[in-house]
Amino acid sequence: MHNQSSEEQTRLGLVVSGSLARGVEVRLDASVSVEDMVVGRYVAIGGAKHRFFGIITDVSLETIDPNVAITPPDISDPYIAQVITGTTTYGKLRVLPMLTIGGDAASILEGPQPAKTVPAHFSEVNLASQRDVEIVFGAEDEKRFYVGTPLDMETKICLDIPEFVKRSNGVFGKSGTGKTFLTRLLLVGMLQKNAAVSLVFDMHSEYGWEGKTEKGYKVKGLKQLFPSKVAIFTLDEESSKRRKVSTDVVLRIGYDEIEPEDVELLRQTLNLTEASTQTVYQLAREFGDRKWLETVLNLNEDDGKQLIARLNIHDSTYRNLRRGLENLRRFSFLVPRTRENSVQRILEYLDRGINVILEFGRFDDFTAYILVANLLSRRIHAKYRENAEREMGGEVAPPRPLVITIEEAHRFLNTEISSRTIFGRIAREMRKYNVTLLIIDQRPSGIDGEVMSQLGTKITCLLDDERDIDSVLTGTAARSELKSVLSKLETKQQALIFGHAVPMPVVIKTREYGTAVSYKELGFLEAAELKKKTEKDMEDLWA
Amino acid sequence: MDIEQIKTQKPKIKDKFGSKIAEVIEASSAEFTAQCYKLDQAPPLGSLVKTRDKVSEIYGVVYNVVTHSIEPGRRVVARGENLEAEEEIFKANPQLSRLLITDFAVLIVGHVDGKSWHHHLPPKSASIHSFVYTCQLEEVRAFTQSLDFLSLLVNAKIPVSVDEVTGACLRYASQAHHDPQAFLVKAGKEMARMLSSDIQRLNSLLKRLK
Repeated sequence: MHNQSSEEQTRLGLVVSGSLARGVEVRLDASVSVEDMVVGRYVAIGGAKHRFFGIITDVSLETIDPNVAITPPDISDPYIAQVITGTTTYGKLRVLPMLTIGGDAASILEGPQPAKTVPAHFSEVNLASQRDVEIVFGAEDEKRFYVGTPLDMETKICLDIPEFVKRSNGVFGKSGTGKTFLTRLLLVGMLQKNAAVSLVFDMHSEYGWEGKTEKGYKVKGLKQLFPSKVAIFTLDEESSKRRKVSTDVVLRIGYDEIEPEDVELLRQTLNLTEASTQTVYQLAREFGDRKWLETVLNLNEDDGKQLIARLNIHDSTYRNLRRGLENLRRFSFLVPRTRENSVQRILEYLDRGINVILEFGRFDDFTAYILVANLLSRRIHAKYRENAEREMGGEVAPPRPLVITIEEAHRFLNTEISSRTIFGRIAREMRKYNVTLLIIDQRPSGIDGEVMSQLGTKITCLLDDERDIDSVLTGTAARSELKSVLSKLETKQQALIFGHAVPMPVVIKTREYGTAVSYKELGFLEAAELKKKTEKDMEDLWA
Repeated sequence: MDIEQIKTQKPKIKDKFGSKIAEVIEASSAEFTAQCYKLDQAPPLGSLVKTRDKVSEIYGVVYNVVTHSIEPGRRVVARGENLEAEEEIFKANPQLSRLLITDFAVLIVGHVDGKSWHHHLPPKSASIHSFVYTCQLEEVRAFTQSLDFLSLLVNAKIPVSVDEVTGACLRYASQAHHDPQAFLVKAGKEMARMLSSDIQRLNSLLKRLK
């Protein structure tokens, strides 16, 4: 397969039939090998009045007569093989027209529009040139962030970051397909384009300081690349120290910050019964929202017995609850009292436009993750909501959009609990309060369909479970076509992007991340260069 | 040209310039028959010949060559039983070359009207007694630039196998092109389109083009 140069037009064939819903059929020219055609590639179709952009969704082998298949010609003879290729036997592509650009000046200014018709019979089909791709996706600029290149091309595919952060988004893919690398890139994009400030719940401590590739070598995290714009919060100071991570804040959460809703979400992980979770509310009413947990954990056996008698709680329910809550004691970041308000601390950083990455260290189990992510997000969301309301009243400037990144999202957003967690609400309310989610998950079928349908842009690496693929493609036009593209992605460094932030679905080879050159391209300055730059800045300042 | 030479002759244009070789003795809209001026000197099977009248030049493909006695009632008899070589028969019987004649049948595949080429039948059949010429290399190349004439050839109803004639014609024409193989591939593809409903026939025809 060859890469094309920028202006070269590679003719593929002619449109012979098709429909808007199913896509058009393209008969391949004899000179084009069917083996060079891959699903997901871009083509440009020159219609009579419009130019169409489409994506190859299927490739098939056709014969002009069924007898050919029954008694194949003698293709051991190179001459016969050459003659029948493209005549008696030929390749056929199915191309889904996605966008059109009209021929007149006004339509060119308007830019690409969704295709509402198909190109006429025998329109010429070419591989999309670099220029075509640039027209559709736009060049890299102060809003657009380069995320990767289309298959077999060197053009940059750029994501409109301000548009991207307006909705909640999802990154999906099987384990080991490059979700983390992709997410790291997206975080860098949001940071670089100053479109939003991020709060990352970093379950496996791989975004902040340092991550590892599957092959075992280390890649720099956000803090190393952008030290002044990123703060690392940690729940596990010792782990951070061992990993030699320079953390900014060690986060402690007081018992008084845990509310009954938080425990309700932990029902599955703490193995609580329905009755026990109801009891939590009862206890909170009895002792007050801020004191109930500490009080319950400090009850001795006699006090406990008195309590259950007084509140008419069943003994087994109490035991179940107590056993569950005792689990929380092993989290050293949970303390009876904190000197400072953790939420406030995070908000301070976010307000200053500094991205916060919360490392979980050794507490990388779901109980800690769900508890902390949910607890913090709820309060932060409440603050943003307050601010947004004040802004409506004209008191303050609109807050900087916040993107909360969560991993293993199906734990928060499954059908059972999505309506109760804050994340379910953020996903549904979308941008009203300037808070959106970046969901990372390997099992999208576990996520509530309602939430999935609200996601603006979906970026998905290879998925092979039928249910996962279906769930990711919910609510997308041309589902079945994208399905064939999605299931044929390579296992590494390839992703399908579709939705709000891109004009049409696109398969990309993810941008390089992890090499010295890639760091430099992302704006990272080595120490010596940084010093030089600082000196120059100072000179400029005093000049 | 002796018999041995004719036997080994491949359908290839040897004469650079077209020369007068025969005369039309029978003509219809789709074909004509010409009589050679010299015994056994018919153009090869499948080669392109032309005849002209005042208005146009008519091109055709040689599809059948017959050598027979000049008198229909007199059969040719074998004469070489006691001779060493075939040539000696003619030496011993010099009258033979006058008593025998060679005719060839030509399928019309196009004409030139003024300056343009037409790959379809001419409005008027060939004039009787008009001269028949072989074609020059350039003419063959120019005529076979377009392969539209193949449909006249492939669909012809003639006593000889059409596929044999078509194969011979294309092999012959390919020699006039700078890249004979490319020409044969192009012609093969054209045949594949025309014979899309008859794969067996296409297969056997393609085998003749090698």
